[in-house]
Amino acid sequence: MRAPADFERSDDNGEAVLRFSGNLSLACLGDLPARLETVEGDVARLDLREVGRMDTVGAWVVHRFARDRGATIEGLGADEQHLLEQVIAAEHPIQLPPPPPGSVTRALSEIGGAVINSGKTLYGLLGFMGATVLALWHVITHPRRFRFNATVQRFEVVGVGALGIIALMSFLIGIVIAQQGSVQLRQFGAEIYTINLLGRLTLRELGILMTAIMIAGRSGSAFAAQIGTMKLTEEIDAMRTIGVSPMEALVLPRVLAVVFMLPLLGFYSSIISILGGGLLCWVDLGITPVTFIQRIREVVPLTDLWVGLVKAPVFGAIIAMAGCFHGMQVEGDAEQVGQRTTTAVVQAIFLVIVLDAFFAVFFTNVGWT
Amino acid sequence: MTDAARDDREILIRVRGLRNGFGEQIVHDDLDLDVRRGEILGVVGGSGTGKSVLMRSIIGLQTPLDGTVEVFGENTIGREETEAVNIRKRWGILFQGGALFSTLTVSENVQVPLKEFYPGIDQALLEEIAAYKVVMTGLPPEAGPKYPAELSGGMKKRAGLARALALDPELLFLDEPTAGLDPIGAAAFDELTASLSKTLGLTVFLITHDLDTLYAICDRVAVLADKRVIAVGTIPELLALDHPWIQEYFNGPRGRAAVAGPNRPVHEDKRG
Repeated sequence: MRAPADFERSDDNGEAVLRFSGNLSLACLGDLPARLETVEGDVARLDLREVGRMDTVGAWVVHRFARDRGATIEGLGADEQHLLEQVIAAEHPIQLPPPPPGSVTRALSEIGGAVINSGKTLYGLLGFMGATVLALWHVITHPRRFRFNATVQRFEVVGVGALGIIALMSFLIGIVIAQQGSVQLRQFGAEIYTINLLGRLTLRELGILMTAIMIAGRSGSAFAAQIGTMKLTEEIDAMRTIGVSPMEALVLPRVLAVVFMLPLLGFYSSIISILGGGLLCWVDLGITPVTFIQRIREVVPLTDLWVGLVKAPVFGAIIAMAGCFHGMQVEGDAEQVGQRTTTAVVQAIFLVIVLDAFFAVFFTNVGWT
Repeated sequence: MTDAARDDREILIRVRGLRNGFGEQIVHDDLDLDVRRGEILGVVGGSGTGKSVLMRSIIGLQTPLDGTVEVFGENTIGREETEAVNIRKRWGILFQGGALFSTLTVSENVQVPLKEFYPGIDQALLEEIAAYKVVMTGLPPEAGPKYPAELSGGMKKRAGLARALALDPELLFLDEPTAGLDPIGAAAFDELTASLSKTLGLTVFLITHDLDTLYAICDRVAVLADKRVIAVGTIPELLALDHPWIQEYFNGPRGRAAVAGPNRPVHEDKRG
């Protein structure tokens, strides 16, 4: 039943004949193809009379040998003959992929490709922002088209759902800033300035920035993956044909949710950071909560709060639009969803940090120091 | 060999008392089914009667609540992975959407099972095997180096079939192979299945909604309804039964059209 394929060579009236035996099937083939290659000299005939079961792989191996050596195949039953004919009919030259280019050429072409790609993406993102603004305008002029429920639901997913993780993160960051700050400032006997450091840094920069990064990872990626999958399953196309604009139904609620939630979450994050830092000041430096709060009110100008809050909606818009844009760009297969999701998060965080640098210079120059 | 042993060999798939369910909903209850060696068994049933679930339980992707499934005379439920490999080498499966690996080309897709089960085959032979399998299933040779995303739905199905046939299996599971194909393509697919079944001695478990396929190539048809297989037999045998669903299925306007259809020659070939 499971006899391995084998062959032996014999001479028949001066002609070389290979007599095959056993099963010419994939499971029984073993090293037969390799051994066939070592056969030397002319072979006139291949005798398959003794062969048990033959499948297409076996038929192919025999046919390949017969073709290369100009041998004839004999001793086939009707079914085997039919099988062999089918395999031969399916034969065609294999197209080998072109040889890979040299490493320098490849590096150059990859760099060039990346530059063109980034340019296209940035251009596309800009166009997408325009489309979002148009959709917003359309909804403002036709308020009945506004998807209130979808938007509120996004508010919950993006905002309320993130409260726990942002609190934990901010609390720890507050402790770290206060602890590291106090260690350095102690050298100058200026531990009290830990409060200045903590208050100004969190409200002005870190609260919003860390929240933005967290939301980019948490919601921006989700947007890209959701919309990307919907694109793959043709849900987006179905929406369009029904007359529902994906920009209004999918993108706008998400963008609005992040634009409104990021300032709130950022402020919340700053407050928790200050609480964390305050706890450390109390335990480590012996500054009582009352003193701490008084001191915070004295040293942190209100403009710091405004600087933070002005940036937040802009960051939010960037994160949400990057996520939705890359989701909408998905085409083809599942791998694209993963790629686009990664790109969305990386691009969102990158743009947020670049914009943050611009904001820092801008606010200093307008005198909000 | 005793008669009892020969009978065992005749039946390739033996399902007994199968019970499947999701939560509260019971899909199969006390389902029995036999598939004999060398036959093409069509499985029909209304939407939601659990045709695909039946296939998934037979191939071990769905663990049933109760019952036994034997393939090649061996139990397939709850087996060790190392034992299951020997059964998996002997069957090929075509999923509904093709289920091709999207990061691999068609040719690489076909090579995956070959590489997995027979690591000794050298790359040149692998390429050649993949190449003729691809053409054998009716795809143009240029399809080999393409990725699944670049193929149409029908081409994906053929590529999926090429992968299912990669190991020259004894048993082939096809889940709605002709759904979504144009009539010419579907007829060609039927012919391909029938001719492979004949030349390779292939046993085919074929889930379908396509009446033409049933008439053209199926030796027997199993009807799934009321959570079990209510009847198995040739189409004339089924037509003699007095079950409303079967009557409606085969005697509805589409059923009658399929009888009168142009697909008969293959059918008669097989019987003659």
